[in-house]
Amino acid sequence: MGQTSQFCTFSLDQLLFGVDLQTVQEVIRELPMTPVPLAPTVVAGIMNLRGQLVTALNLRRQLDMAPGPAGVTPMNVVVRSQDGAVSLLVDQIGDVVEVDEASFERTPETLQGKIRTMILGVHKLDTRLLHVLDVEKACQVGEAVETAAAR
Amino acid sequence: MDDIVKDFLIESAENLDRLDQELVRLETDPTSKDLLASIFRTIHTIKGSCGFLGFARLEKVAHVGESLLSRLRDGDLDLTEDMTSGLLEMVDAVRHMLADIQATSEDGVNDYPELQERLKVLLQGGSGAQPAAKKGKAAKAAADHAEPAGDSQGVQSSAPEVVIEVKAQAVVAQSPVLHASAPQAREKIAEQGNEVAAKSAPRPDAGQASASGTEAREAVADTVRIGVNLLDRLMNLVGELVLARNQLMQFSQRSSDGGLQMVSQRMNLIAAELQEQVMKTRMQPIGNIWSKFPRTVRDLAHSCGKQIQLEMEGQDTELDRTIIEAIKDPLTHLVRNSVDHGVEPPEARELAGKKAAGRLRLHAYHEGGQVNIEISDDGAGLNVDRIRKKAIERGLITAEQASRLAEVEVFNLIFLPGFSTAETITNVSGRGVGMDVVKTNVEKIGGMVDVTSKAGMGTTVRVKIPLTLAIIPALIVTCRSERFAIPQVGLTELVRLEADEVAKGIEMVHGVPVHRLRGRLLPLVYLSKELQLDTDGPDSARKDQAVNIAVLQADDRRFGLVVDEINDSEEIVVKPLRRQLKAVKTFAGSTIMGDGKVALILDVLGIAQRASVVTEAREHGLGEEDEGSSRDAALEKRRYLLFEGPGGSRMAMPLDTLARLEELPATDVEKAGKQWVAQYRGDILPLINLEFALEERRRTRSEVKLRPTESESPLQVLVCNHQGRSVGLVVEQILDIIEDSAEMKYPASRPGVLYSTVINERVTELIDIPAILHTAGFGAGDGKTALAKSAEAAN
Repeated sequence: MGQTSQFCTFSLDQLLFGVDLQTVQEVIRELPMTPVPLAPTVVAGIMNLRGQLVTALNLRRQLDMAPGPAGVTPMNVVVRSQDGAVSLLVDQIGDVVEVDEASFERTPETLQGKIRTMILGVHKLDTRLLHVLDVEKACQVGEAVETAAAR
Repeated sequence: MDDIVKDFLIESAENLDRLDQELVRLETDPTSKDLLASIFRTIHTIKGSCGFLGFARLEKVAHVGESLLSRLRDGDLDLTEDMTSGLLEMVDAVRHMLADIQATSEDGVNDYPELQERLKVLLQGGSGAQPAAKKGKAAKAAADHAEPAGDSQGVQSSAPEVVIEVKAQAVVAQSPVLHASAPQAREKIAEQGNEVAAKSAPRPDAGQASASGTEAREAVADTVRIGVNLLDRLMNLVGELVLARNQLMQFSQRSSDGGLQMVSQRMNLIAAELQEQVMKTRMQPIGNIWSKFPRTVRDLAHSCGKQIQLEMEGQDTELDRTIIEAIKDPLTHLVRNSVDHGVEPPEARELAGKKAAGRLRLHAYHEGGQVNIEISDDGAGLNVDRIRKKAIERGLITAEQASRLAEVEVFNLIFLPGFSTAETITNVSGRGVGMDVVKTNVEKIGGMVDVTSKAGMGTTVRVKIPLTLAIIPALIVTCRSERFAIPQVGLTELVRLEADEVAKGIEMVHGVPVHRLRGRLLPLVYLSKELQLDTDGPDSARKDQAVNIAVLQADDRRFGLVVDEINDSEEIVVKPLRRQLKAVKTFAGSTIMGDGKVALILDVLGIAQRASVVTEAREHGLGEEDEGSSRDAALEKRRYLLFEGPGGSRMAMPLDTLARLEELPATDVEKAGKQWVAQYRGDILPLINLEFALEERRRTRSEVKLRPTESESPLQVLVCNHQGRSVGLVVEQILDIIEDSAEMKYPASRPGVLYSTVINERVTELIDIPAILHTAGFGAGDGKTALAKSAEAAN
């Protein structure tokens, strides 16, 4: 086995995603959220995480996915980005998995849309594919993301 | 980098700042033994540490300075201006080398041979200089050859002894320079001339020889250096503690357990006290940034050939460190400005009968929860004519506008972007970046700048800034079950309209809601609408409910913000919004409420802009007082008075043609000949009813009913100064003052109108005042030629 890396996994709309374990600050259940009127729709709100203000982003919206089923309270994956802590709202939390670098492949060219810009590639797990999220890109909101896409 | 080097850098930076100040002070009081001694010790400390840490170049430079200082202190030489300059240069050189050390851990490659040479020449300037100079050189040579490692061992081995000796000073003595407080040691070191502390450390009398117990040191003896991050973190934790306390209090109130209540009560007090104290740790005296000014002023004054005496008052006025940082540059700029432009050269001052040395005074003081900082000089004052001329030259205003500006308004022109009166561009100022930047920077932190000046007497710039940005008093309001905080600064009053008053209290100006507040129209902005909080359509269901209006001040405009509920006034801790939300201009930040939930802080100006109460172009406009009377050249924005003319039509006139708005009781109207007039400010004010002037102009003049109104309601009168006379135009209703470029012009549909345009998305007629006055038959006699002329000019 070659180089390995650890990912914190979660699911979104049946897909398995992973973020580098190093960037994850913590995973928490629902916290009271304050919506921000007029903010980009991706922003779900601001929460108070023990005195630290954390912007929560709706990852489904960020990835241009359909809204989640009603009645399911999303989980918060709090990641450390360049702009401080950001919470990504996901459907369900999975395990921490350790994968071999060798199983990594770049995103296929045929994958288009907003999701392409936010995914670094996939790891081929035994039974399914692990989508590796680009944390910095996923934490960007509004224009910044669009310029990145244009590039 | 070694911790030891880091400590050395920090300490040296402080020492150098003190050196700057002391040297400048020494210049005014060249015989002060205390000052000289203190300066000598400071340099000595730096030099000693350098030798110990192995920065030979730095040590060499410091050493030459020290030699000179020692001779000065011993009274062998008298301080000259050259010496001060040389010593200050040496301080600069040391500063450069320290920067090099910070960057590369080496003390650079430059050992400043010229500076060393110059200082040496100065050193030999006095009589009998030779032996001492030689001694200095010998000491230097010794320093050059000394083994740094050996020294350091020596110092360390003797260190414990010193600690015992000086006790409290040990806290400050972070760099292992020896400090001892024995006063006689000072004498001893004087005799020993240039012997270096570090060198003498291995000697038996080390503790005494390296005496450096200064007053300043003793003053800071009980302080500890703490990282800002740690303070911020403490602050956050205290915030959390306060929240937990609040929850505990709620909990204990429900409980009947006396013990719990007592404990929570104590907890309450302790938390409050703790919060206050932690808050204080972030406060810094403004003297921290002022301390650089004596040097700045001295150097500048020298390069401008001026003599300036700097006075500072209120150095210990405390401000939050973020604010201190933010006002550093603006203040420095203002001080430089005063030196460069404010104070005249000595000859000019003497001609004007003033003392040759100008005075520059900095004064900081608390007032009404804010800090005022005044920078005043006793120079020539602002030259009103020159500012006018420059502003016209630079195309900031037109000549016509300039002639109309009052003195205060002219002063405020200096805050316009691109303004500078300096005839020549010096390295000090005159590059056209200046006061506007000062103004924007100060406004950014919620402050204000204004300037007053008296010809021949001087200029005062007053900067008003809030104490802290971290904690502000705010009003908490609720709108659609969300809480928002409105900073108290922008809040002027609260108005509540009970359910049965709503229908009467809120009127519509063509669909735009307004409230009549003490006779003036207050445009209303619905928070729920602006923030798009209404998911189920506009608030038709709320018609029968009481309305809460928070009257807010954005820029110079007032508006009423309609919210669902007004809760309470609280001190809130401001937390900035993350970058993801920076684009949302309606919020200034967020805060954590007592229940742990986050509430957003409304940005009053942002809301006002969103609701078009003020236009976004304000940043390009002039300051508050003079916005009405000038226009921004780049955008051709102009301010108009909007009013309701005959038949409810929307009309406008440029604000600069207006002298005043008045409300006259109908009973005041009298008739003089054919002219309706009113007594007004001890004069007779002819009144023209706009309705008749516009609509009825086909009638012959004798038929024109100039009777302004039949009704008994007060008249809304626009008083215009025309050709040196006041004329009152009677209109239906005064609506608003707006700023607009009026770029779309449609030909007039009727006489008395210059053109139609779209202002605030409404078709508005711009009235032609000269034409109306002419039509109304006003001034048909003597004023006619003048009127005709101005009518031509207007067309």
